[in-house]
Amino acid sequence: MLESEIESSSAPHLLVSPGETLESVSGKISGIVLGRKHPAFWWVSFGVAFVLLLGLLYGIITLFAIGVGIWGINIPVAWGFAIVNFVWWIGIGHAGTFISAILLLLLQKWRNSINRLAEAMTLFAVACAGMFPLLHLGRPWTFFWILPYPNTMGLWPQFRSPLVWDVFAVFTYFTVSLLFWYTGLIPDLATMRDRARTWFSKIGFGIMSLGWRGSAVHWKHFQTVYLILAGLSTPLVLSVHSVVSTDFAVANIPGWHTTIFPPFFVAGAIYSGFAMVLNIMIPLRYVYGLESVITQRHLNCMAGVMLATGLMVGYGYIMETFTGWYSGDIFEQYLVINRAIGPYGWTYWLLLTVNIVIPQLLWIRRIRTNPVSLFFVALSVNIGMWLERFVIIIVSLHRDFLTSSWGIFAPTGWDWLILFGSVGLFGSLVFLFVRFLPMIPMSEIKEIIAERKKEAA
Amino acid sequence: MSSAQSHLYGLTAEFDSAEQLLHAARTVFDKGFRRIDAFTPYPIEELPEIIGRQHSAVPLIMLIGGIIGAVTAYGMQWYAMGYYYPLNIGGRPLNSWPLFIPITFELTVLFSALSGIAGFLILCRLPRLHHPLFSVPGFERVSTDKFVLWIEAVDPCFDERNVRRLFYELQAKAVTEVHGK
Repeated sequence: MLESEIESSSAPHLLVSPGETLESVSGKISGIVLGRKHPAFWWVSFGVAFVLLLGLLYGIITLFAIGVGIWGINIPVAWGFAIVNFVWWIGIGHAGTFISAILLLLLQKWRNSINRLAEAMTLFAVACAGMFPLLHLGRPWTFFWILPYPNTMGLWPQFRSPLVWDVFAVFTYFTVSLLFWYTGLIPDLATMRDRARTWFSKIGFGIMSLGWRGSAVHWKHFQTVYLILAGLSTPLVLSVHSVVSTDFAVANIPGWHTTIFPPFFVAGAIYSGFAMVLNIMIPLRYVYGLESVITQRHLNCMAGVMLATGLMVGYGYIMETFTGWYSGDIFEQYLVINRAIGPYGWTYWLLLTVNIVIPQLLWIRRIRTNPVSLFFVALSVNIGMWLERFVIIIVSLHRDFLTSSWGIFAPTGWDWLILFGSVGLFGSLVFLFVRFLPMIPMSEIKEIIAERKKEAA
Repeated sequence: MSSAQSHLYGLTAEFDSAEQLLHAARTVFDKGFRRIDAFTPYPIEELPEIIGRQHSAVPLIMLIGGIIGAVTAYGMQWYAMGYYYPLNIGGRPLNSWPLFIPITFELTVLFSALSGIAGFLILCRLPRLHHPLFSVPGFERVSTDKFVLWIEAVDPCFDERNVRRLFYELQAKAVTEVHGK
């Protein structure tokens, strides 16, 4: 494949290898799930993720038994890793819907083979994210107090608070993403049902596919609901991280109280989301031999989105510094200096390195189209986006307005255990998904093949 | 044979390509058949129109769901913050509508999406785990690479012998009777 072709065209032959037919695509993708043997890679990766997941359970049980005192948080840094991890995971959970909804509306055909995996990843990331505010509560068994329900206390949640908006935003986002993902799965589940050989998988996929028959009328309703859900998800995905950012922006803490936060957070969310999609997809593509449906063109497009959103995030850093200086407020100005050369200064410089400097390598075509180098750049972005949330939350909080309430936050082993444990939860869910459900939308790949046949004719 | 079992439900014709199916569907529709449907492995844009089923009520259902969501959300916030438990904070208006927008938006999307999925399933008459068509030999290939056209026996133009001949004229690879409903 010529490199200039990868850049310029979205012709069907670049999205699916010319040799693939309706039958070969169905066989290849359903075979991953229905095949008896699973690669050693799967067992090892799932094993590692599962061990981390057990660590998470241990951490959570200890947390519930003893309390949030096992973490490094205290006044003034009362929002520690739990909130950093929450914002990080919810950001990662943005790529799926972005790929599925916004790129669908923009008629970007290259989204078709990666949307399923990205959507699944979104769900799992939002599930990880949703856990952290509950862990952070201190008395997690009273979490439902934030929901509007008739109660004997005669109280309502304060609907003017961004923290309450957050509950609605995250819950809606998870539910709509789940519906979108499942609806898209139905035709493929029917394919799995029809190709299944064992009794168990026939029954399982039979129930999950709801009796889908591929009728023209069904397809018509299916496509209509799918398209409108995409239209609804487009503002939704932009709203979720905007609402999360107002948790910060509405407070008057220096470093939080800026109007740039909503778009800045959304750009960062899509940035980290694409990085995570690449981190998962590149190994899976290699292990399961999916190079013919996830082509270099896909990798290149995703790298392009990452580069663009990364530059937006870079602009956000510049504006944060500028508004700090321009505010004329001594606390804001102090924060800018403290962020760079204070006790946590090294995290800021590390952040700029891994989140802004290293991703500039993506300007080089050879790095964009090489899976290995792209994997490492994406990894760097994932670390960078976690650090960004660390800098925003910890560094802004540790110097309060009065010097008497300055403090230092140091994470404990429990903080780290729960962070890596959440990665284990995410990984376990991703590997179970890959094992039990078709990770590439077969019906959409078939549409591309049909279109190619039409063009050739 | 019992009467329920022998009751003819319709005839299916199996085709190898989308082009053959489209041609057949067009011909059948032009001949006046209306109780028809087609089964394909992927959505074919022009097909619903050819068989006269291009309208979907899903958008309307989602619009109604969305409006109900918006009214519910705003009403709930107005009731709780302005009427049931008013808090006077520095004399600010109780009906502080800009702050009620985020939740109103979220619930609009949520209700609309839920009603859309419910509407989609109801309009498709799903879930229905078994259907007489599943007994057609080779129907399981429809979800992979086969194309099937279907005429119901209740169609006023339906005559088993004529339909069978028509299907073969249209290059159908196999024609199957479907019994029972």
